[in-house]
Amino acid sequence: MSGYRLDQGGLIDRADPLTFTFDGTEYQGFGGDSLASALMANGVDVVGRGFKYHRPRGVMSAGVEEGGAILTVGSGRFREPNVKAPVQPLYQGLVSSGQNAWPSVRRDVGRINDVMKRFLAAGFYYKTFFGVRGGTKDWMLFEKVIRRAAGMGRASRAPDPDRYETAHATCDLLVVGSGPAGLAAAKAAAGAGKDVILAEQDFTLGGSFLARSGGIEQAVAAIEGLRAAGVTIMPRTCVFGLYDGCVAGMIEQVSDDPGLHGVRQRTWVVRPREIVLATGAIEQPLAFGNNDCPGVMQAGAVSTYLNRYAVAPGKRAVIATTNDSAYAVAADLVTAGIPVTLIDARPSGPDAPEGVKVMHGTVPIRTTGSYVLEGVDVGPLAEDGYATVSRTLPCDLLAVSGGWTPVVHLTSHRGPKPVWNDTIHGFLAGSTTEPIRTCGAAAGIYAHDDCVASGQAAGTGDAGPQPEAGPHPAMPLYEIKTHGKKLKRFIDPQHDVTADDVRLAEREGFVSIEHNKRYTTLGMATDQGKVGNIIGIAIMADASGRTIAETGTTTFRPPYSPISIGALAGRGTYMHFRPVRRTPLHEWNLANGAVMTDAGLWKRPWYFPLEGESVDDAYIREMKAVRATVGLCDVSSLGKIMVQGPDAGDFLNRVYVNGFAKLPVGKARYGVMLRDDGMVYDDGTVWRMSDTDFLMTTTTANAAGVMAKLEELLQTRWPDLKVQLTSVSDQWAGIAVAGPKSRETLQAVTTDCDLSDAAFPFMGIREARIAGADVWIARISFSGERAFEVYVRGGAADAVMQALWDAARPLDGVLYGTEALGALRIEKGHVAGSELDGRTSLHDLGLGGMASSKKAFIGKAMMDREGMRDPDRLQLVGVAPVDASRRLRAGALLDTRTDLIDHGQGFITAVTDSPDLGHWIGLALVKGGLERWEGKEMTSYDPARDGNTAVRILSPHFFDPKGERMHG
Amino acid sequence: MIRITCPFCGERDHSEFSYGGDATVAYPALDASVEDWNEAVYLRSNPRGPHKEYWHHLNGCRAWLIVERDTLTHEVGKVEFAHPGLRNAVRTSV
Ligand SMILES: [Zn+2]
Repeated sequence: MSGYRLDQGGLIDRADPLTFTFDGTEYQGFGGDSLASALMANGVDVVGRGFKYHRPRGVMSAGVEEGGAILTVGSGRFREPNVKAPVQPLYQGLVSSGQNAWPSVRRDVGRINDVMKRFLAAGFYYKTFFGVRGGTKDWMLFEKVIRRAAGMGRASRAPDPDRYETAHATCDLLVVGSGPAGLAAAKAAAGAGKDVILAEQDFTLGGSFLARSGGIEQAVAAIEGLRAAGVTIMPRTCVFGLYDGCVAGMIEQVSDDPGLHGVRQRTWVVRPREIVLATGAIEQPLAFGNNDCPGVMQAGAVSTYLNRYAVAPGKRAVIATTNDSAYAVAADLVTAGIPVTLIDARPSGPDAPEGVKVMHGTVPIRTTGSYVLEGVDVGPLAEDGYATVSRTLPCDLLAVSGGWTPVVHLTSHRGPKPVWNDTIHGFLAGSTTEPIRTCGAAAGIYAHDDCVASGQAAGTGDAGPQPEAGPHPAMPLYEIKTHGKKLKRFIDPQHDVTADDVRLAEREGFVSIEHNKRYTTLGMATDQGKVGNIIGIAIMADASGRTIAETGTTTFRPPYSPISIGALAGRGTYMHFRPVRRTPLHEWNLANGAVMTDAGLWKRPWYFPLEGESVDDAYIREMKAVRATVGLCDVSSLGKIMVQGPDAGDFLNRVYVNGFAKLPVGKARYGVMLRDDGMVYDDGTVWRMSDTDFLMTTTTANAAGVMAKLEELLQTRWPDLKVQLTSVSDQWAGIAVAGPKSRETLQAVTTDCDLSDAAFPFMGIREARIAGADVWIARISFSGERAFEVYVRGGAADAVMQALWDAARPLDGVLYGTEALGALRIEKGHVAGSELDGRTSLHDLGLGGMASSKKAFIGKAMMDREGMRDPDRLQLVGVAPVDASRRLRAGALLDTRTDLIDHGQGFITAVTDSPDLGHWIGLALVKGGLERWEGKEMTSYDPARDGNTAVRILSPHFFDPKGERMHG
Repeated sequence: MIRITCPFCGERDHSEFSYGGDATVAYPALDASVEDWNEAVYLRSNPRGPHKEYWHHLNGCRAWLIVERDTLTHEVGKVEFAHPGLRNAVRTSV
């Protein structure tokens, strides 16, 4: 192929010259060019290398179905591999390079693979590496080498420097495609008052208008009309998928320029009432010898390059066709002054265009030319489907039309399988009950005027023309068979799958089209079978003696064209990947030296280090202070739900295992709730503020889930209960004041609250004022010390915390974080998230005594069913190392002293170094629990970290088991 | 992307909702037998076609809804409040 620029015509701006490079050489093109047309205009013939055999490849098409001109665009961290040159608009400074070749596409040492073709036939990897002794291991070894030799382009390993965003839209009608049918549909719908969005994947609107002589002017006029009618027109926007509820996913290419710090791509989620698919058709190749040679291209693409880009793809052309569409291509070539011979597989056809030599009953058999196209051997097609060479036609351009296949991918995304149609020899969209209509070439309607009529009808929802064979029906020809020496006849140029690969796979038993596809990798390249699919199915059908309809087609799934993962992520990257929740005390914590940690979405203080302290130093110091003096901790992330109404007490009674109806006003109670299946769900305290007002606290992790569950119960199961729920988690801040000097600390800042044991006993709640703010104080303890929790509206939290801190500091108090909080609860044997893992029952956790026998509650029936009382269940125990100098590890498996069998007898859920006991301690879930293991030794198996440690099983209540400190 | 017409909020994307399980299950009384509870908790049919499901308008009005959804096509039919009082109020006002 020796392309060149025509002197006139085309939708290019000759006053806008653009400089670009390909493999280091500088070239010039024009505004309006694609990268493919610009390369072709500069006479560049080889632009890529085949996937497996590294054979030279040129431009094969003018669209997203491109199988040859697949390039890497951009450099450094902006490098994007596998860009199809025909759909990449040219821009000033574009840097491109060939891929899958070394050192360059013109001299590629990988061509050796071509000689080794028989080793790389269908199923090569499976046969060589799987199912044989050592095969999988060998595969691991060789995979890297093979992948490099037979691969696609390499992506940059640097983080994606481009920006993406997501947008949403609604409309009455979404039209996909801007060819004659799409434009007509949009016009008709807009004329009927519909709000229309027209999406076109190409950077220029017009579809097949742009390939037709004189079509550009028609397209421009039609588009002007749409703009005037208020249609939203979106070029460079690919509808990549259709989803439930008539939702379309689209990617808009906003900018190519990597230097521009704007948005590169925008993902659109469009919710139209109706969709019209005017997605056109793709011209199919023919399987003949060496049909991948640079210079062989789709016939229709030749017209596109001539008329749209004013580029002649060659100087001497042969057209091989099975249908009428290529006759217009011949006329276009004659107009451009290029001599052309047309060979038509059919015995007769339309009249020959002026100046075109037509040979009927003739097919291409193999191309000649060792590197690029020099000619084509042609010959008559016998009745048995075999052809023999009769002569050679010299040419540097071979335009092939094996018929057209409608683009039915988007309908297929919705489920309906494409249905074979014998009139057009192609698959049409399966029928759907959704408001999705297909028109124009996508519906198998190819004549221009019929396309327009079809589009108009689809735009208004009326019946349009149906597919017709016409006076000279197309010939269903897919494969040119020859006797004698085997020829390489490619059907999927991107994955280098040949006709013989499909036949081989069929012989080896891959008779289902879905299996054959996976075995040969036919249609699994980045074009998703846009060119190879029909021909592959046809060859499968022929090989197995079935019809194409019987053979069926594979399922098309989104995306229609490859899309950047970055575009799907949009702005949801890095810190925007998920929401961040900050407590009202967040800034105060930071200002006072907190090191933060993530607890779900929350940022919580982890520990408050003094200078030079490690996390272990800090949390041990914080624990000691809480046990000796007083500590303050931000507990605002706990879930807080107001439960109000005349039936609130009854409701809580049904939700918790223990009784709440008789909880006196001014008191709090610890409660546990179960799931319907009897497993422990959540725990927390409930404060009774008045007859009808309760404040429920939940764990941080289950705050949202408990709220949703309570709403479900009230709305679906117990609608007669008069209860109102309000989440106040975000409105209230919580501060734990814990330690022997907690009362002294509070006394210093509250003037109107009697904190004596008599007036304010354990589990009491009181209203008070601190630093001018109204607060609720509850005397509850998670640490096992005398302790209070102070709740205040978020806006006053800083002032209250500061007042408490000013009072605590002179008492040698500390601020403490989640590490010390967790350690203190382990010393007390309080269960938390790592024990409430959805698999533990009340009995497993040693809380069976909490369950009321006087009332029913959620999970009551199921908590005692068979299996839930199995003595072999995992039950809560404490664990300590036999050698007090050893540390414990959470997650370690526990089993007998000598044996670890399977998952052992249990595992350690949480550990801490205990300053009070002078050694590490942990909580664990062990089969048989204390009853079976108390006082006995086990081994903690942890081969990946510290190895094995001898441990002793103890009661989980390590510290102050009688609770004298928190009551006292 | 399924769209659900909440009787209170109007037509919204399913991303505002959270699926809440089989709405045809009749939960027994809290003091019912373990057999009845076992049936309600574990013994579920897996129908192909139209089905009644609970959906919670989590990021909307927080109403629990009974949604008729075709498990094969994802087509959404009638949507009503799960709360019988609200449901009847809507029915009588239409
Ligand atoms: Zn709602």
